[in-house]
Amino acid sequence: MTVEAATQPSKLRWGELEEDDGEDLDFLLPPKQVIGPDENGIKKVVEYKFNDEGNKVKITTTTRIRKLANARLSKRAVERRSWPKFGDAVHEDVGSRLTMVSTEEILLERPRAPGTKQEETKVAGDPLAQMGKGGAVLMVCRTCGKKGDHWTSRCPYKDLAQPSETFIDKPPTDTNAAAGGTKGTYVPPSMRAGGNPERTGTDMRRRNEENSVRVTNLSEDTREPDLHELFRPFGAVSRVYVAIDQKTGTSRGFGFVNFVNREDAERAINKLNGYGYDNLILRVEWAAPRAN
Amino acid sequence: MRPILMKGHERPLTFLKYNRDGDLLFSCAKDHNPTVWFADNGERLGTYRGHNGAVWSCDISRDSSTLITGSADQTAKLWDVKTGTPLFTFNFDSPARSVDFAVGDQIAVITTDPFMGLTSAIHIKHIARDPDDRMAETGESVLILKGPQGRINRAVWGPLNRTIISAGEDTVIRIWDSETGKLLKESDKEDGHKKPITSLSKSADGSHFLTGSLDKSAKLWDTRSLKLIKTYVTERPVNAVTMSPLLDHVVLGGGQDASAVTTTDHRAGKFEAKFYDKILTEEIGGVKGHFGPINALAFNPDGRSFASGGEDGYVRLHHFDPDYFNIKL
Repeated sequence: MTVEAATQPSKLRWGELEEDDGEDLDFLLPPKQVIGPDENGIKKVVEYKFNDEGNKVKITTTTRIRKLANARLSKRAVERRSWPKFGDAVHEDVGSRLTMVSTEEILLERPRAPGTKQEETKVAGDPLAQMGKGGAVLMVCRTCGKKGDHWTSRCPYKDLAQPSETFIDKPPTDTNAAAGGTKGTYVPPSMRAGGNPERTGTDMRRRNEENSVRVTNLSEDTREPDLHELFRPFGAVSRVYVAIDQKTGTSRGFGFVNFVNREDAERAINKLNGYGYDNLILRVEWAAPRAN
Repeated sequence: MRPILMKGHERPLTFLKYNRDGDLLFSCAKDHNPTVWFADNGERLGTYRGHNGAVWSCDISRDSSTLITGSADQTAKLWDVKTGTPLFTFNFDSPARSVDFAVGDQIAVITTDPFMGLTSAIHIKHIARDPDDRMAETGESVLILKGPQGRINRAVWGPLNRTIISAGEDTVIRIWDSETGKLLKESDKEDGHKKPITSLSKSADGSHFLTGSLDKSAKLWDTRSLKLIKTYVTERPVNAVTMSPLLDHVVLGGGQDASAVTTTDHRAGKFEAKFYDKILTEEIGGVKGHFGPINALAFNPDGRSFASGGEDGYVRLHHFDPDYFNIKL
């Protein structure tokens, strides 16, 4: 019993002793460790402190040291850095607002590159969408992007599948003239000069351009889905477009519908021309006068 | 990029120049105190007090120890760059306009304006290096060249100090022999500018130089033959030109035609420094921001930053973003 009694207090004492030791040590924090920048420039700083509850806390801060590339001053320049101020700068206080970094980010603004948008346009891709911008005559050709003189279907550069991406204005090509049509007449690709290397593999889209139907006298609220719904019964529609005034958001009164099949387009014209739609009489015709 | 705006001058800027090491930027303005700034952060180092009139231009010696300034108070002064103390004053009978140190900093060329019956002239002055020599310096001109009608806006030394190139209001660029004073070449009337030439900037190696004129164009010339190499066209009268020492870029800064004043955009800060490809003469882009016409442009000799000074009194220091160096036309 005595032995037990003896061991227990000693156990307690040992335990207490340990705690005492711990408590003693608690007042001393381990020193701050700095593990210097390694080859990646990563520096670690390990600090110990007490948090609000009095617990010991270990804080590891990892930073990456990067050398700025531009601080390459010659020896003399470095020496000049430490020159004292003179003249009016002598009485300058640190808070003087003489030198300020601009709040705005200024870029080297490239001049309007071809094919890309100007600052004002927000719509992606379609140059026709820039229509409402000027408010003036806004005939924009989708093929060549030129504004003002012809519609897409009358584009003299129609044989381009896509607007070309160069600065240089191409001089009007002779493709139309050679086929016997004047500049304004639509000349299908198969009848143009230069043969028809693409007869077999005709571009699907090009065919659709030929099956383009112009719809005029649309009401203000008419949009693409409306036209699609209206023309769908006549056949497969590959594309619909309604010209919208960017400023007011209303329809400009006309639009285009591209059918996959020419026959469908023809039937649509016959049936819908003069059709009453949303209180207006529609005018439906080929997108460009077409001698049949 | 974020330009650093430095508003130390209360009046329009007239000239900007970097020292050879590219760590100091000197600015001259119509207020009478040229100022020196640190070129990396735009912090002002000091001002040179002493002139009594608008300071039209300045130049720094190669070791950045001496500054020379030309002012409308009919003097050109030499200053100690570090302390700002005036070292010497050259007196003239008319406002001094353009100053340029020769290679070696032993001589300088100073032009004076036409004034009260006197015609404009180009003076070559000896610059004493030692303080003792300076005491003995009389300030007499080694050579005086006359001939151009109207103001000579800029005169610089040609290669090896053998020639002086001058350009001014009479639209003709002249090359003079610096020893004899003889007129060697004049720019061709056909090729040349049609209106007063406002600025001239030499290339880093001195083989070609760029002139900017109120006729809304800038022209690149060969220094030895005075042959026209390229022309750059803008929409505005050109007040300042500079060339990048690193890339083949030319920067033009200009003003606004008087007739366009009332019809311009109300947006402030739209005066821009236009960048052109030196060889293709096509516009690369513009850096906007000034509230008034740009009167001074300077490229840092390392080609990584440039400064522009405007009629608004601001100096804008631009450090290029990395993608500036990758611009492809």
